[in-house]
Amino acid sequence: MISPRYHREKPQRYRLEAGKCTKCGEIHFPPRKVCRKCFAREFETVELPRRGKVVTCTTVWIPPAEFDDQKPYVNAIVELENGVRLTVMISEAPPDEVDIGTEVEIVFRRLQHGPAWEVIRYGYKARVIAG
Amino acid sequence: MYGIVGYGAYVPRFRIKAEDIANQWGADAEAFKRGLLLEEKTVPGPDEDTITISVAAARSALVRAGIDPQLIGACYIGSESHPYAVKPSGTVVIDALGIGPECHVADFEFACKAGSEAMYVAYSHVKSGEMKYALGIGADTSQGAPGDALEYTASAGGSAFIMGGDNLVAEILHTYSFTSDTPDFWRREGEFYPRHAGRFTGEPAYFHHVLSATRGILDRSGMEPADFRYAVFHMPNGKFPLKAGKTLGFTQEQMEQGWVVNLMGNTYSGSSPTGLAACLDVAKPGDHILITSFGSGAGSDSFILRCTDRLPKVQGLAPTVRGLLADRRIHLGYGKYVAYRGKIRMNEV
Ligand SMILES: [Zn+2]
Repeated sequence: MISPRYHREKPQRYRLEAGKCTKCGEIHFPPRKVCRKCFAREFETVELPRRGKVVTCTTVWIPPAEFDDQKPYVNAIVELENGVRLTVMISEAPPDEVDIGTEVEIVFRRLQHGPAWEVIRYGYKARVIAG
Repeated sequence: MYGIVGYGAYVPRFRIKAEDIANQWGADAEAFKRGLLLEEKTVPGPDEDTITISVAAARSALVRAGIDPQLIGACYIGSESHPYAVKPSGTVVIDALGIGPECHVADFEFACKAGSEAMYVAYSHVKSGEMKYALGIGADTSQGAPGDALEYTASAGGSAFIMGGDNLVAEILHTYSFTSDTPDFWRREGEFYPRHAGRFTGEPAYFHHVLSATRGILDRSGMEPADFRYAVFHMPNGKFPLKAGKTLGFTQEQMEQGWVVNLMGNTYSGSSPTGLAACLDVAKPGDHILITSFGSGAGSDSFILRCTDRLPKVQGLAPTVRGLLADRRIHLGYGKYVAYRGKIRMNEV
């Protein structure tokens, strides 16, 4: 069944909602309870920019079973336009299309297909921006 | 005046060529391509469905509209391929876009015209003053049975339209609908692939409804084919819309821009709406556009639009349909295609 955690994480998985520390301005993604920089506990919700560049990446040839239909695919650490970094699966791109510095945009995709009786999980992935 | 405030389209990156389907089934590839006037069709990736296509198209519509998503009071998605039998696609789509929860949401179904229905109801809501903005989407990841003629055309993509009463990119001047009980194409609950009644699909279904709806709206508006810069007719294949348009007195030149089927296939609920989006991508202020959808069962919706001065300012803010159709296509072989479309029976993981 669908986990409470997935449901709770929807604002970040669906809309890239991050926590911006109201004291020092540090942006946390995923959001945190305590600022890692100044230890303050108050945050405002901000939506992350959707464009960024690949900082580093690796090709996954032997994925967890639920991603088997998509192999080989690339997992990457992407730095968004505001400097925030996130780990993300690159959708629809053959591995040789993705490298350090490749420009990507965050898109909304199916994360897990699951069996037919299960709720479908959606969230963010990245795709290579047209060159 | 009421009409479109923002629009957006999306098609997946993957394609399969008509000849690769023909070769698989021992059919005459050239005859099929000639008969359908179709080169290739779009194929959804393994992580794409009507919901993700709707989100992508609507995000572009929001960018072009430049409005706060919270002001959207309704979200209607027309599709023949909603991922859930029970749970509206719109529930996920509004959450992903930051719309709602104060929002009316419903999924529409009417074979290939569910998208224009969603647009019509969204438009009616803002026109009645019930809400400031409303979102209507047509999107599909259509399936044709292996080897069936539909397999050459059934494709994936969609378009989204935000309706409103200010900052319009195109006014909607007239609407018209024409519906009858015609058993040309259907799918009963629990069946995986749709069925079509061969000879019913042409004259009594597609042509009767498309011609009647278009003649109806022309009559009601007092306009003639020559008054339009662009005309879009539902595209189940390449030939039908061109034949319908010619019968009605429209020229090749008027139909060319919205005729995206040769490179996209039939995106069902997303077909004529994406043709309209392709016209909005290049139209100039004052241009008139006619669009007539068709859905089996059967019915047609017609709209007459006039583009405003704001349109050219938003055209470049999001991907164009022609740009998406040309953008870094990946051509799949037949084997990969059936795997992506879930036509291979696998062990459950
Ligand atoms: Zn801080």
